[in-house]
Amino acid sequence: MSYRSKTFKSNMITYGLVAVFYIICEAMLKSGHMSSLMQGLLVPLCYYMVLAVSLNLVVGISGELSLGHAGFMCIGAFSSAVFASTAGKGMADVPELIIALIIGAAFAALFGFLIGIPVLRLRGDYLAIATLAFGEIIKNVINAVYLGVDSHGMHVSLKDVKSLHLEDGGQVIIKGAQGIGKLPRNATFTLGIILVFLTLFIVLNLVNSRQGRAIMAARDNRIAAESVGLSVSRYKMTAFVISAALAGMAGVLYSHNLANLQATSKNFGYNQSILILVFVVLGGIGNMRGSLIAAFLLTLLPEKLRFLSNYRMLIYAVVLIAMMIVNSSPKIVAWRKVMAEKYFKRGKAGIDEPEAAAAAEHVPTVDEAASEITADLAAAEKEAARIDEHEADNNAEKED
Amino acid sequence: MASFLTYLISGISLGAVYAIIALGYTMVYGIAKMLNFAHGDVIMIGAYVAFLIFSTLGLNPILAVIVSMLACTVLGITIERIAYKPLRGASSLSVLITAIGVSYFLQNSALLIFGADSKTFTSLVSFPPIKLMGGSVVISSVTIVTILASVIIMIALTTFINKTRTGQAMLAVSADKGAATLMGIDVNRTIAITFAIGSALAAIAGILLCSAYPALSSTTGAMPGIKAFTAAVFGGIGSIPGAMIGGLVMGIIENLSKAYISSQLADAIVFGVLIVVLLVKPTGLMGKKIQEKV
Repeated sequence: MSYRSKTFKSNMITYGLVAVFYIICEAMLKSGHMSSLMQGLLVPLCYYMVLAVSLNLVVGISGELSLGHAGFMCIGAFSSAVFASTAGKGMADVPELIIALIIGAAFAALFGFLIGIPVLRLRGDYLAIATLAFGEIIKNVINAVYLGVDSHGMHVSLKDVKSLHLEDGGQVIIKGAQGIGKLPRNATFTLGIILVFLTLFIVLNLVNSRQGRAIMAARDNRIAAESVGLSVSRYKMTAFVISAALAGMAGVLYSHNLANLQATSKNFGYNQSILILVFVVLGGIGNMRGSLIAAFLLTLLPEKLRFLSNYRMLIYAVVLIAMMIVNSSPKIVAWRKVMAEKYFKRGKAGIDEPEAAAAAEHVPTVDEAASEITADLAAAEKEAARIDEHEADNNAEKED
Repeated sequence: MASFLTYLISGISLGAVYAIIALGYTMVYGIAKMLNFAHGDVIMIGAYVAFLIFSTLGLNPILAVIVSMLACTVLGITIERIAYKPLRGASSLSVLITAIGVSYFLQNSALLIFGADSKTFTSLVSFPPIKLMGGSVVISSVTIVTILASVIIMIALTTFINKTRTGQAMLAVSADKGAATLMGIDVNRTIAITFAIGSALAAIAGILLCSAYPALSSTTGAMPGIKAFTAAVFGGIGSIPGAMIGGLVMGIIENLSKAYISSQLADAIVFGVLIVVLLVKPTGLMGKKIQEKV
């Protein structure tokens, strides 16, 4: 009972945060207080949040380091863009987007499954490099693909437009490195937020389900999990495929936010995968709320540093290194614990946290405090129940 | 046949550069158990330093190589001291992200210092090419120097590790950090030396890479870095001969597929081969088998 209520509360806080974010942004949009720069960032914020949470499912819950997440995003983006420029052309926005999302998620899930078969057999850094390799392969192959459609159906070539052998009136959809043009650009912030909610709903429910506990058991001790009869590879595959499908949806959002879609090393290369991993690690591995907040802060940070012009990425790098050291250095972590205990005893829980523990740091602290309070409550409840029982027993004895 | 030989030889040369970079990756991985993502950017810094001394100041090419190696050594030790040392004992993921931070830092520093436009690197090697088979196969001087350099580095490194006390200390630290400490080995110093050697090798790799492919910009090191990392994994990460073989194989496959299949798909083919190798030998060609115990 206590476990349920604790996770339930925590999940509600996470959903609440997203809702508050949405309401604030909408209010700012309606009252005209949002700069055009920020308006352009709203949809990217949403797909980065979806990507961060979905990658956290693999890295945090399933415990496998994946460096190819952008590849699934790429598949979702391109499969849905092909749909948008063929069958989806002229459809109303809402049904088009729904079908595009289903197509993007399905293709990404399919590739997640196919890639998962070989990759999940590997361990640790070898698995990481294999996912990186697959991500790069996807990007490279899509960059070389030419796809056209005519009355005979689809034509695919890896060479050029001519070798597609289209009949007159045939339409070229993917033009190799030039990608797909004339996309509908109908993604909205509201759709993005719905996707964030959907992602959170799927991931949080999975984590707190029987499946999720099995996935975490396989992460914590593979051999022990196998010896109690859990099919480790099946559970790891479940997490991997769901994560890929969600990344595919983020890709759909990405492609529907652009007029021209190309696969470059910037948007679907390993750099993008690593950027998503940075969100996950900074937000806290396995902590979905942390991923959301880290994705939010780290997407905004370079934009907010724009006044520094050329120095902004340099400062971003310094902030990243400093946050990692403050967050994870064993010595600083120990020192922080000592400090926190000191202040806890004086009854100033978490307020006087050292300033160095920057924005992202506050998330786990608040979490810890909240979970400790709920744990205390739960303990008190248990205690009360025990006392009740005891009294009941006593009463029963007296009656005897 | 002649064109095949030309492609093969330039592939070996590219592979030799990958191998030198991969040695840096594999040594750091073997000892510090971390993926040093910033290694590729040290290559770029090394190339820039050599460019400054050789092209801008017009000094001796050998001096350029030496100063570049020294600069990278200092850089490597500094990075290790400031960014990685505080995280010793932390989870490998946090170290990985820090390394990515360092990588961003180096790339953007280079962007600020040297500007966004790409520089044309003048080759440091300037003796005439060798012609074989009646002139149908031309081997450029850079290719020869690259292959020679990689062979010399390989031999020197193996000798260093097997014959000197410091080398033995490195082996000991990579086998068991705790036991090495008990045997009186200064672990921190050993790790710093490893970074120093890896970074000096990166400087050489940077100069050789840019002598063959002269466009030098702040992201020059990124892709070769990733490929060399893949090469290190291919050969079995942590293994020095593995890194050498992995680098060579990847360079040859990349060049041959560029020539005969598709230049756009070359990277995809290289990574595809990596995946096939990992499926057959999950810890790389020369990697140690990981025994799992309950």
